[in-house]
Amino acid sequence: MGAEECTVTTDASTSRPADSGTGTALRLYERMVFIRHFLTKVDVLYRQGRVRGPAHLGIGQEAIAVGGASVLGEHDQSIGTYRGHAHALARGASAEAVLRELTGRDGGICAGKGGSMHITSAEHGYYGSYAIVGAHLPIACGLAWANVLHGNDRVTMCFFGDGAVNIGAFHEAVNLAAVWQLPVVFVCENNQYMEYTPIAEVIPVARPAADRAAGYGLDAVVVDGNDVLAVREVLGEAVARARDGGGPALIEASTYRMCGHSCADPGAYRPAEEVADWATRDPLLRQAGVLAASGVAEADIAGVSARVAAEVDELAARVLAAPAPNPATAWTDMWSDGTSTWRN
Amino acid sequence: MAQLTYRQAVAAALAQEMERDPRVVLLGEDISSGGVFKTTLGLRERFGERRVRDTPISEQAIVGAAMGAAMAGLRPVAEIMFSDFYATCWDQVVNEIAKARYMTGGQLSLPLVIRGANGGGLGFGSQHSQAAENWAMCVPGLKIVAPAHPADMLGLLAAAIRDDDPVLVFEHKALYGGKADCPDGEHVVPLGQAALRRTGNDMTLVGLGLTAGTCERAADTLAGHGVAADVLDLRTLVPLDAAAVLASVRRTGRIVIVEENPGQLGWGASIAALVAEEAFHHLVSPVARVSGGNVPLPVAAPLEAEVSVSPERVVAAALGLLRPATAGSISAPGLI
Repeated sequence: MGAEECTVTTDASTSRPADSGTGTALRLYERMVFIRHFLTKVDVLYRQGRVRGPAHLGIGQEAIAVGGASVLGEHDQSIGTYRGHAHALARGASAEAVLRELTGRDGGICAGKGGSMHITSAEHGYYGSYAIVGAHLPIACGLAWANVLHGNDRVTMCFFGDGAVNIGAFHEAVNLAAVWQLPVVFVCENNQYMEYTPIAEVIPVARPAADRAAGYGLDAVVVDGNDVLAVREVLGEAVARARDGGGPALIEASTYRMCGHSCADPGAYRPAEEVADWATRDPLLRQAGVLAASGVAEADIAGVSARVAAEVDELAARVLAAPAPNPATAWTDMWSDGTSTWRN
Repeated sequence: MAQLTYRQAVAAALAQEMERDPRVVLLGEDISSGGVFKTTLGLRERFGERRVRDTPISEQAIVGAAMGAAMAGLRPVAEIMFSDFYATCWDQVVNEIAKARYMTGGQLSLPLVIRGANGGGLGFGSQHSQAAENWAMCVPGLKIVAPAHPADMLGLLAAAIRDDDPVLVFEHKALYGGKADCPDGEHVVPLGQAALRRTGNDMTLVGLGLTAGTCERAADTLAGHGVAADVLDLRTLVPLDAAAVLASVRRTGRIVIVEENPGQLGWGASIAALVAEEAFHHLVSPVARVSGGNVPLPVAAPLEAEVSVSPERVVAAALGLLRPATAGSISAPGLI
């Protein structure tokens, strides 16, 4: 495989045949809007002291989660980071169970044991959110390796941030995937900041993931991560190739974290003009433009947001009224027999 | 009954389980050619390269891939060539593998084994000789196995592979060449059951892995001094057969705990605490501990021996317990 350049973006004023169905474009938009409102609600709840522990939001990065999930089949696997709410929701995880987890209520998706950074919905193929940067890339290799050994055609999609490209696990995992030709699609969400520090200050190359691809015999691929249709196209191609035995892909999706690193971080280190510039590239605005250009009425587009906002408000009210978990459950589910006993 | 070396017992256990369960797969550095300790000899020829997979020198990838594969329904057995190398993938072991089931509320299941060569005594130096089983004991969510005999190597590794939880199996590199009878047919030794290797009512000697044999040899010497000792081979640290330790010490009233790792916060300290908390009134002498020294393990034979446990040190500690106590002196005679 050569390390060929490939940058994909779409023009908001046009729509392509593969995604020209207004139905698909609208569904993607609705999904992104829901996630945006959900994350915004989490931010509010955090400030009200109702979210326990840190919470890292992917506001501005919804197109990657939604576009990625849209090209995965029911039995494909995905795996992500502590900034993982969007990825779980995009795969179909119950928003109520996720919010119960975030707010420490009974019925949390991880039974109150994972919290914001470890949202998981195995039944929807989302094999977890991992809070040690880079650690889940080798795990993704294992999921993909199992697919090969099981002889199925499932594909694993692994989302990680730009900061992860500087940690050893990234290199070990991408190397193994390339050497073993595993059906795994690595997706670097380059949101421009490793945490508080601009990624450009801590890498010697311009593109955190793409400029490293050649070292593993992979193509350098960059996609506009704020363009859900472009994400869908590029990740869809990578998934199809992996499914057909073509091996792994490493894709860098350019995006912007339209919030701080965590809810506790106002992100004041980001230049105002940079924030303003990226605000014009908001993935929701962009997709709204695509819908408008394809003939969807402005009122219908605006209606999505109003409807979802009410839905999320109702969800939050319901969740906040839910009871706390039973403290005795802290002792369950460490071992496969349901217990946590270490001695007789 | 076949005679197998400890190293052959590793391969025998892997073969036994790979034969009965197609989900069992192996990965690790150089394993297709048998590995540096020849513990996987012949398995690639027998089970093929799909199930016996060589990896790069890439411990995070090895252990992480084992985790992912386990989550997706396989039963991987990953080899970490020397247990010192756990340090290079410790994040995967303690932050990911140990916690994934719990922190997802039981959504993920990780039936995997990580196995490899552990411990000192062969002059491998400070980066290839550590007894690392102790590192894992303070991490909830990991089971810890350290066989002392070929038959246990076979049976405990088989049980570890069948277990639905992550199990770390510490094979002692100084034991690989030892040969002993192993049961014919399928052999499985349940995790969490200590083995009573010698019986005697005067004291209890407790060991694990290499030091189980150290205790056996010490007990044989003590018998010559007219001292009859129970020797308990713990076999697994987690789950711990605390009941076996407590039952023995309640009968003997004395205990010598022998561990290869340095003594501070060693697993032996947990056994000592257990005895102090739950069998104190049965004790007729202080608890004694014999452990490795608090230095990185040196290479030259006299230096390594100086800071390592030995039957002689165990005997000295044991006999020390039988001398009349000196007022004010309760120092453990064997702790170095």
